[in-house]
Amino acid sequence: MTMIDVTGLTKRYGPDTVVDDLSFTVEAGQVTGFLGPNGAGKSTTMKVILGLAAPTRGSVTIDGRRYRDLPVPLTEVGALLDAGAVHGGRKAYDHLLALAVANGLPRRRVGEVLARTGLEGVAGKRAGGFSLGMRQRLGIAAALLGDPRVLIFDEPVNGLDPEGIRWIRDFMRSLAREGRAVLVSSHLMSEMAQTADHLVVIGRGRLIADTSTSEFLRRSGEGTVLVRTSEPAGFALRLTASGATVREGTESSLVVSGLTGAEIGELAAYHGIVLSELTPQRPSLEDAFMELTKDSVEYQGVTA
Amino acid sequence: MSPHASRVAFRHTLHAEWVKLRSLRSTWCTLACLFAVGLGITSLATSSAGAEHESASAAERAAWDPTNLSLTTYVVAQLIIGVLGILVVTSEYATGLVRTSLAATPRRHRLLAAKVVVATAVALVVGQALMFAAFLLGQSLLAARDVPHAALGDPGVLSAVAGGGLYLAAIALLAIGLGTIMRATAGALATLVGIVFLVPALAGLFPSWLRGLLDFWPTRGAAAVFATVPDPAYPHPWLNLGGMCLGVVAVLAAAFVVFRRRDV
Ligand SMILES: Nc1ncnc2c1ncn2[C@@H]1O[C@H](COP(=O)(O)OP(=O)(O)OP(=O)(O)O)[C@@H](O)[C@H]1O
Ligand SMILES: [Mg+2]
Repeated sequence: MTMIDVTGLTKRYGPDTVVDDLSFTVEAGQVTGFLGPNGAGKSTTMKVILGLAAPTRGSVTIDGRRYRDLPVPLTEVGALLDAGAVHGGRKAYDHLLALAVANGLPRRRVGEVLARTGLEGVAGKRAGGFSLGMRQRLGIAAALLGDPRVLIFDEPVNGLDPEGIRWIRDFMRSLAREGRAVLVSSHLMSEMAQTADHLVVIGRGRLIADTSTSEFLRRSGEGTVLVRTSEPAGFALRLTASGATVREGTESSLVVSGLTGAEIGELAAYHGIVLSELTPQRPSLEDAFMELTKDSVEYQGVTA
Repeated sequence: MSPHASRVAFRHTLHAEWVKLRSLRSTWCTLACLFAVGLGITSLATSSAGAEHESASAAERAAWDPTNLSLTTYVVAQLIIGVLGILVVTSEYATGLVRTSLAATPRRHRLLAAKVVVATAVALVVGQALMFAAFLLGQSLLAARDVPHAALGDPGVLSAVAGGGLYLAAIALLAIGLGTIMRATAGALATLVGIVFLVPALAGLFPSWLRGLLDFWPTRGAAAVFATVPDPAYPHPWLNLGGMCLGVVAVLAAAFVVFRRRDV
């Protein structure tokens, strides 16, 4: 079921077109990864979804309605845009209480979301003293207050340690399993490949790809095979003769593409060549992502 | 799904704003500071009054206004209560909390109206409390020095004290408007200082047509309400205060317009 419907969205800031005729949908029961390099317009799109920024053209609906027309917004959409968006002088409990009260939610919801995000122990502490990971959890707790069917997270893993990243990833997956629609932005393809069911990739505000994660992985290029042998030069010739492309790897290994591991093994056996290593290598997702977005990176670094 | 209201009502937004205001230590610190500084200035102003009255001429004695003397503390109190009003809005911009607040309450006018109502209610209570406390403290200090002093029942006294509380609440409202328009604490505070101190101080430099405006200006005409001995320049102090309130309403109206229009 379509929960978020972005149609022909354009957003201009002065002369800059930050989001350009963008259309995509976010479905229930899935994690939708929203990817793009810095400045691609991810945060801007999310702000428009939440009615925080007005679109120049186009429209966004949540389950068929504009955000500002939702009768009790927090029960339909929960969002974490910026983990820092908490008054440092306010206790975690009071921060959540003010939000709950604003939507007429029962007070016990505050305790429930604190428990679900593992923050019960610091409920009475001021948010200013929280670590980044704790703030992210507090932001997620706020998003869950109204038990919403749609969740929006802007770079929730930014700045987290591996354990925090793992926790957020599992959390997103469990939210989607509960049937909710989850939209998560990131610049890390590898992170999204492990979390998202569906990918929406944008660059310079334009849609670049809108595909399932498995389809993206399949298309993102066949892998290579790392081969190690005592006579690399001779075997490289035979591999090339069989139609493979061969590159020299580190420590006189060969990086072979165009043949599967099995085919390489058979070729070696046929010629009586001893292999000391034969390792299929996954294509680098970051490479695939950079290939996809290379024309739309706003600030390109120069490789020295 | 948990049970909840089928539609968010204004009272929910009001309640949320009250929770936000009361859960900040800075709110209570500002209020404590308001009373400490406010009453401190009253005792300073009245303690030097004994000597002043002693050496005063007959004309000066005729214009002796013990009520006004105990309420002059408003000059500083208006800034402190203004800070409270400014922070109600700008602290949310400084932290980005305003986005979270607007996600919970996307009707922007409703959110700002709730802030205005809650802060006005607090400012009214606090402003009146401070003015009455300053009056009572000031008069008892004057009485202890055997200087002519006033009682709440004397003509014009209640009007001056209660009018002073209203004046302070109006300044808090002005501060909310400035905070919303400027979105930053420093800018809004500088503007407020400019309005209540700088403009009155530089009044002499203004062209004459602008000076008419000063009849309704804070710390100038609008402050005539603090006096019980009529100032010939301002024969109807409540008109001057009313004029200032109209100006505050205009600033607030502008705040509502920009708050709806701007992206956050
Ligand atoms: N309020 C604003 N005024 C002017 N330009 C803006 C504003 N907000 C964003 N931009 C511009 O819009 C572009 C997209 O910004 P946005 O924050 O949406 O990108 P993003 O995809 O979230 O990037 P990142 O991955 O770095 O968070 C940027 O070039 C940014 O400078
Ligand atoms: Mg962003």
